[in-house]
Amino acid sequence: MGAVAFVIIAGIAVGSALGLAFKRNAIHAALFLVVNLGAVAVLYLTLGAQFLAVAQIAVYAGAIMVLFLFAIFVLIPGKEETGPDPRRSYRILALPVGGALLAPLAIVLAAAPRGPATPAAAPDGVESIARLLFTDYLFPFEVTSVLLLAAMVGVLLLSRRREG
Amino acid sequence: MVPESWYLTLSAVLFAIGSVGVLVRKNALVIFMSVELQLNAVNLALVAFSRLHGNLNGQVLAFFSMVVAAAEVVVGLAIIVNVYRRMHTANVDDASLLRW
Repeated sequence: MGAVAFVIIAGIAVGSALGLAFKRNAIHAALFLVVNLGAVAVLYLTLGAQFLAVAQIAVYAGAIMVLFLFAIFVLIPGKEETGPDPRRSYRILALPVGGALLAPLAIVLAAAPRGPATPAAAPDGVESIARLLFTDYLFPFEVTSVLLLAAMVGVLLLSRRREG
Repeated sequence: MVPESWYLTLSAVLFAIGSVGVLVRKNALVIFMSVELQLNAVNLALVAFSRLHGNLNGQVLAFFSMVVAAAEVVVGLAIIVNVYRRMHTANVDDASLLRW
């Protein structure tokens, strides 16, 4: 049952990732990425990470993808990557490079060290992750607020229209 | 219960697809989206490791990487929009000022 669900969701995730990498239209690529992010959120749920699943939907599929779509609307209205490709021979090289990256990664990860035979009753749920965030990881958590502020100020500076 | 190694293998596959996307696409925005796909694949591996070890540290790390990804997307998109304003293209083959 769990295995069947995993195979279906993994198929959706891989298919939408391939769509992102090979569809010529940028809007289609963005929508494929939304599908992929949703599938990965479901996988988070099956791993018992409810908080991350909801955060994934809200932050990635919600905020970040809306930003991407806005940028696509502004930059490339309906234009696709068409016409002859002067660097086609180089781009075809990407496939063996990707395969060469995948093979060692998959071998190493599939042989990942087994954890303790009986996992120490993984504490799940939002409450325990919040407790961890506000005790052991309090300092990094506060630093992220500085990071977000810095990003906001930086973007205001970057997107300011310069006169002349 | 699905073994963690399946999740890790899926994460490796998604990461490799993302890197192929970075290499084959010409549009800077789509390349950026492929980078997001790779970040997401690594997050999946982190959450799987979290279950493998029976504690929540991996999930907290994935949460932080999500926050950093949000900040990175905002700055990256602003840079791409700026490049587009200056060079009137979002094609990475045309924006080759720093190449020799």
